[in-house]
Amino acid sequence: MKYSIFSLARAALSGHKNWQRTWRDATPKDRYDVVIIGGGGHGLATAWFLASEYGIKNVAVLEKGWIGSGNAGRNTTIIRSNYGLPGNTGFYELSMKLWERMEQDLNYNAMVSQRGVINLYHSDAQRDAYARRGNTMRINGIDAELLDLAAVRKMIPFLNFDNARFPVQGGLLQRRGGTARHDAVVWGYAHAASALGVDIIQNCEVTGFVRDANGKVTGVETSRGKIGAGKVGMAVAGSSSRVAAMAGLRLPIESHVLQAFVSEAIKPLIPGVITFGAGHFYVSQSDKGGLVFGGDIDGYNSYAQRGNMPVMEDVCEGGMALMPMIGRVRLLRQWGGIMDMSMDGSPIIDKTPVDGLYINAGWCYGGFKATPGSGFVFAHLLARDVLHEEAARFRLDRFRTGAMIDEKGQGAQPNLH
Amino acid sequence: MRIVCPFCGERELGEFTYLGDAKPVRPEAGASEDEVFDYVYLRDNVAGETSEYWYHGGGCRTWLKVTRNTLTHEISSVEPAAGAGAAKVGA
Repeated sequence: MKYSIFSLARAALSGHKNWQRTWRDATPKDRYDVVIIGGGGHGLATAWFLASEYGIKNVAVLEKGWIGSGNAGRNTTIIRSNYGLPGNTGFYELSMKLWERMEQDLNYNAMVSQRGVINLYHSDAQRDAYARRGNTMRINGIDAELLDLAAVRKMIPFLNFDNARFPVQGGLLQRRGGTARHDAVVWGYAHAASALGVDIIQNCEVTGFVRDANGKVTGVETSRGKIGAGKVGMAVAGSSSRVAAMAGLRLPIESHVLQAFVSEAIKPLIPGVITFGAGHFYVSQSDKGGLVFGGDIDGYNSYAQRGNMPVMEDVCEGGMALMPMIGRVRLLRQWGGIMDMSMDGSPIIDKTPVDGLYINAGWCYGGFKATPGSGFVFAHLLARDVLHEEAARFRLDRFRTGAMIDEKGQGAQPNLH
Repeated sequence: MRIVCPFCGERELGEFTYLGDAKPVRPEAGASEDEVFDYVYLRDNVAGETSEYWYHGGGCRTWLKVTRNTLTHEISSVEPAAGAGAAKVGA
């Protein structure tokens, strides 16, 4: 169905009892041109771009649970394109531009809200690093403003500016950054992809790959039977190593747990997204009023989707250092998601050494903002067999050739990215 | 998650620092490029029981080899592994 002010009015007049399902819960066919493993934002976006941009509509998205039950429903909903390294800068801006037209493209309200993202700096060295990143963004046509202390005071006066150890000196602001409603992004892509004929198949766990005599992947074994495929793309985030292992591959990835938190709802307080530069703490306020915040990954390998106390404490300390008044707000919920931490902190979108199998992985804890861009370039790769120019550096073999994209400069220690 | 240090007893997680999988062994000098690549970049990333190195920086400052289940965070054994960190990173 098509959503509009008129459909809303019609539904309201009939007591909201006649809304139709927004996407089809399909049963698997024997064969598809493309099978995508993983019904998160990236997998569904890939399916939609395959159908809408590349004309490949015989597509299935296989999800072992329900769509959006993994990291797509567990993140802190931030969107931004403030990356400094070649490879990342252009890609994330491509993604940002797709966010800006997503709701029109999908006919779905994803509550994309460009309320601004500000990264605070607390030292001269950090200011210089942020100025450099801002300049990199600007020469690539991305908006960035370096704010001094007075400008930050005017914009967000409630910060603890006089923190003795970490005084706020200013910030790097991207006004086009902001937040989007994560569940609506999943449903929006499902809605639009399903309308173009994509089969979304839930409770369908991939248990193995079907290979021909030459080793080419020709389908998948699933908990709902065998499904043939011309090509198979995997977009399974924290489960990347487990799925790749079924094809005999080892990846430059470790799975780590990242926690996120939401407070009880309060009146409007936080105007956009604020990040603390002297620790790791980022916060925004949802439209329901809860403060949504997070910090570092826990730092040890985990598939448990829950974290531990030291990081909770560290995150809350970061928040208290920045805005002490939130100390009286109660924490409502806390949860964990499994991040596919790559060895340089940047994603991998590429063919794999196994013919017919394509990988979209390694998003670390920054995959949400990449959702539309990731879907677009992965669809490009699946449709054309060549990497999109904005994703040309996200190669799987860059760890062998040395062409790493290490935004944080930590080296091959994934728990530090 | 708490770790029972063989020297200090049961301690909270914040006292420990994680290094990672204890299985990869640093290749000898003169090893092939493939061996070094494998050691530095590729991981089994086990979902289940695995052994890994932790450093008890907030206590006895000893390297430990911890056997832990990554699906449940359950720890089944903790052994001293003196010098493990230095051997692994080549310090």
